[in-house]
Parts: sequence; structure tokens; C-alpha cells
Amino acid sequence: MSLAHDARVTASPATMAQRAARTWPEINNPAAWVVAVILVIMPLIASGFFLIEIFASTLILGTMALSLMFLAGYGGMVSLMQLTIAGFSAYMVAVFGISGNANISLGWPWWLAVPMALALATAFGTLGGALAVRTEGIYTIMITLAIGAAFYYFTNQNWAIFNGHTGINTVATPRFWGVNWRADIPFYYIVLAVAALCYFAVQYLSRAPFGLALQGVRDNPRRMAALGFNVNAHRIAAYAFASFVAALAGVLQVWNYRQISPGSVSVGACIDVLIIAVVGGITRPIGPFIGALIFVLLRTFALDFLVRLGLDGNRFRLLIGLGFLAIVFWSSDGVIGLWQRWRQSQKRDANRSGGGHRHG
Amino acid sequence: MSRFVERHPAWALIVIIAIAVALWLIFAVWPPGLEEAVGRKRVFLNAVFNGITLGGLYFLVASGFTLIFGLMRNVNLAHGSLYLFGGYVGYAISTATGSWVLSFIVAFILTALVGVLLQVIVFRRMEGQDLRQTMVTIGLSIVFADLMLWACGGDFYQVQTPNWLIGPVELPLITAIKSSGEPVYLRYPMVRLVIFAASVIIGVAMWLALNRTRIGMIIRAGVDDRDILAATGVRIQLVFVLVFAFGAGLAGIAGVVGGTFQSLSPGEDIRFLLASLVVVIVGGMGSIPGAALGALIIGLAEQLGSVYIPTYAIVVTFLIMVLVLAIRPQGLLARR
Repeated sequence: MSLAHDARVTASPATMAQRAARTWPEINNPAAWVVAVILVIMPLIASGFFLIEIFASTLILGTMALSLMFLAGYGGMVSLMQLTIAGFSAYMVAVFGISGNANISLGWPWWLAVPMALALATAFGTLGGALAVRTEGIYTIMITLAIGAAFYYFTNQNWAIFNGHTGINTVATPRFWGVNWRADIPFYYIVLAVAALCYFAVQYLSRAPFGLALQGVRDNPRRMAALGFNVNAHRIAAYAFASFVAALAGVLQVWNYRQISPGSVSVGACIDVLIIAVVGGITRPIGPFIGALIFVLLRTFALDFLVRLGLDGNRFRLLIGLGFLAIVFWSSDGVIGLWQRWRQSQKRDANRSGGGHRHG
Repeated sequence: MSRFVERHPAWALIVIIAIAVALWLIFAVWPPGLEEAVGRKRVFLNAVFNGITLGGLYFLVASGFTLIFGLMRNVNLAHGSLYLFGGYVGYAISTATGSWVLSFIVAFILTALVGVLLQVIVFRRMEGQDLRQTMVTIGLSIVFADLMLWACGGDFYQVQTPNWLIGPVELPLITAIKSSGEPVYLRYPMVRLVIFAASVIIGVAMWLALNRTRIGMIIRAGVDDRDILAATGVRIQLVFVLVFAFGAGLAGIAGVVGGTFQSLSPGEDIRFLLASLVVVIVGGMGSIPGAALGALIIGLAEQLGSVYIPTYAIVVTFLIMVLVLAIRPQGLLARR
């Protein structure tokens, strides 16, 4: 019936086994440890440009897409307003904190402005979610898209708070304990820590009673209601959690670029988050990060690549769109799904030649 | 109608009072006190007419969208791209041949062809997987938007209004009384009125076709239960293709209309996609009268909002959507 639904069928045997064991699936997976170590020692390997423009951007976008993946994969609700929530939180950091637009910013220190922004953005997302859960399936997409677009046009028109289409510039970034936390390496570690926190929180929630109930609601809301679960409350709670994750990403985003403008919350950008999540794979928390890496690499290098092929470098979005179409056409579970299918066919070959048994 | 009055007498009363107030505001000569409070009547009337004609344009876009959704359960998020494509085609034809009417015909045919291709090549292969179809339409809208940016550039285009439609007409609506006692009548651009009349005619024709003809009967039956309809021997795939072509063609026509009213540029596709989304959410998905009502409400809200509360015009539109979702999540005129 839906992307999430199709994909669940393929992913369930593995996740069921893990659920029974009640351990973190990453612990026994050597690849996960390798990735973790690489991510931690990344500042030794990569230069400042790669560290921030590629890896920090990937982690920030991935965290936004993670909030969408949580809603879509476990809740069956494809919300296109996750970027809007992140953008709202970014705007709130700029409005409550310190920025170049002194007539708008209230000049609060970051440790007051950030919790305020997180709280407001979570409230905003929860309200939007409460609106969206009144409908189902494709209607959710439309309503959240409408919310995102309304917010975009509103920021364009409103000068009192959002400073119109110029947005808010030179947003101050935190400095404490004698460290400039926007310097490349400390900022990378902040982003990594937040992304990891969100990743494990989603991973944990997906196996906690709440997450299991949410997946039940996704698969059969009527039966869950008959069992005594409050279906809408679960959905709204999922929106609240996803909004918090998106809001965290929004704070990092505004610190990264030091400015926020309506262009960052445009409809196209909202859709980009969906593309990232779907291309990466919407059934597991790692998917959005893979999707974000692909997206950021394409965004950064497509121009050079296309020019080298003798094509117009401005056709980056065409490339993204075609890639997205191809993924949606051939894999219901993004790149992860393709990878899994490839692994399974490898295994089948190995089994046929005698012997290899599955682990992990 | 009478059933509605019987079931919701309070709502019916409110609606009747609102209509009466609106009629009075439009036809009566405003007393000086009111003019001081809200501004000149000419401004108000212009906003109302702009709103109604904009509603006509929104109806053209949204009716195709809602027709396609109603029958095929396919949220075509590439509908805005079809709108922009039709607009560009219309612009090309009208500059090449100088014929405004011809540009409508060609835009309709070409966008309808694109619609046929979409239905045959893409949507038929993933029937019933509505979320996947929606994703595909998102991907298509990105590809189309970039292709059109490639072909047409980022400039603004405006379709040339034909000579016989240029200039204002005087309407029998009094905006003010001069001190000499002579009434001042409202003057309004001819082309907007003609286009609005055309969209009303298209709307009525669609309603008649849906409710009074055999093909309309088949489509309505398909909306209700397409499996049973297919089982009775109707070639449902052919009906799907026709409906998709017609809905896409309407978007193409709307593109030419929008290019004459306003202008064509990258980004308009998303604007009109959003407009048709809000219109059908307010009016009710899959319902043609709902699309008409929603388009009228949204058009009026947008124009009146931009005149009287300029900073928050978009919020008014949004609040209407929220209000409808809170009271009647299925939309004002949906049956469900």
C-alpha cells in the first residue's frame, strides 16, 4: 500500500530477532564500529572544507531527514514540514539570540535562546502534527506541504519577526569555556554528538513500548484503537518527538550558516528532506544519513562533474530529480533496500556454493 | 440545500446573514462612516472582483487536480508543473502566431498529451500504491521544473492580451456618489471578466458532463468503486487516460490564463500547486463543486487579505484551511 508498508515486510525478520534480544543492533556489527571510529577521528583525516561542508552538513541534513524517517517509517506519516520546523527553530535562535539585525534579535545568551527555540519549535511541530493527524495517508503529505509553504510565504512577508526575504544575518554562535564552538573541529563534534544522540534516541524509541505501539498504529490503526490505544495521541506524540529532533537540527543549521532566510525554508528545500529520506531508505535510522551524504556529495560536486562531462553544470536539480525517480521506481526502500537485495543475492550464491551462514 | 438548512439551522442562518451582508456591501452606496472606518468602496470592490476572478483561475487549476484525485486516488504533485508548462506553450504560441485563442487550444492539447504519457508510462505501472505515486510526482515535478528552467530561463513572461479584450468596462455597480449627485461606476478590466466567465462556463459544463452524460456516469461510478466498474466491462484504463488528459489539459489552459492575468516564471508551478492543494483541502478532495467553492473562498481571502491586512494575507488563507480541517476534516463539500 505504501512505501513504508512494503519495506516493513522485507525488513521485519532481522528487526524482530533484534527486538527479542533487546540489545542495540549496532553492538555486534563490525561495520557500525568502523563507521563510528571513522566519524570520531574525522578531523584528523579531513580538511576544514570537507569537515564542515560535507560531513557536518550531511549530519545536519541527516538529522532533519531522520525526524521524517521516524514519522514515515515507524508512524506511516509522511510529513513534509520537518524542514519547516527546523527552520522555525533556526529563526527562533536568531530572534531570541544575538544577531546582526539588532532591531529584531532580543539578544538573549545562547543557553536561554536555544532551549526557547527548541521548545517553541517543538510546540509548533506538535500543533502542526495535531492538525495533520486529522487526516491520513496522502492527505498528510498535502497538509504538511501546505503548512510548509504557508510558513515560507509568511517569512517572506513578515518583517516584524522574520525580517522578510532578507532574513536574519550574522547570527552569533556560542563561545564558552574559552572555546569558539563554531570553529571547524569543535562544531563538527557538536554536530556529531547531536546526530548520534538523535540516531540512538530514534533507535531506542523504535524498540521501546511507545515505538512498538506506534508501529502497530501504522500497520492497523483500527485494531490498535480496539486494543485500547489512543491512536491519535500516539501519532501526535510521534510528531512531538520528531519535531524536537528537527528543531535540534535547525539550531545546528543556523549556527552552521550563521544566517537564516526564507530561501532556507522554501518548498523545494522541504521536498529535499523527503528526497534525502526516501533515497537513503525510510525503514531504518541509518537511511537518512546515507541519503544526506549522497545529496550533499551531489550538491557539492555535481557542478564539476557535469561540466567535466561537457554538460551544463546548473542541471544539478535535474540529476537529483532523476536519481530520486529512479530510486522510487526500482527500490521501495532506497539505497539501503538496494544494498540489502544485493547482499541477499550474494548470500544465496554463497549458500549454493556451500556453507556461509548468516550472522549479525 | 434544504436538507442542509434542516440539519444545521444555526449554520444556515449564519451563512444567509453573511451572504446578505456581502451583497449589501457590494450593491449599496456606503455610508460615510463606513468609508472612514474601512476605506473606499472602490478599493473593496476591486479586491472582491480580483478575488472572484483569481478564484476562477484557481478553480481551473484545482478542478483538474481534484478530478484526477477523485477517480484515480492519485495526488498529482506535478500538477503545478503542468500549469507552468501550459503557460509557456501558450506564450510561445501567442508570440509566434499572435492568436490568443489558438494558444489555449494548443496548450490544452499539449498538456493533455503530457498527461496521457504520464498516465500510460508512469501511473499505470504503480496503480494502487498511492504513496509511491505521490513520490513519483514529486520527482517528476523537480525534473520538469529544471527542464523548463533550462528551456525557458528564469525570466518573467506575460502572454499578450488580445486587442479586443484590452481596457476596462464600466459595471453597473456604484462605487461612490460625487458631490454633484452623479454616481461613479466601477471600471474593471474586460479580460479578467471574460476569463472568469469562461471558467464558470467550463465549471458548469464539467458539472453537466459529470451528472448528465454517460461518460460522466462512468466517471462517477469509478470514483465510488472502480473495481466493480471494471468488472461490469467498462474499459477503465481508457477512462483513466481520458480523465488524466482532461485534468492535465485544464491545468494547461489555466497556465495560459495565469500567464495573461499575472506572469510566468520558475516558482509559479509551486505557487499554483500550493493553491490547488489548499483549494481542494478546503473544498473537499475529489469534488468539483467543492473545488469551485474552495477556489472562491481562497481567491477572495487572498485578495481581501492583501488589501486590508497586507502582512498577514497568507496567514488568512492558512487559517481558513486550519479552520476547515478542525471542523470538517474531509472538506466543505466532500461526501465521505
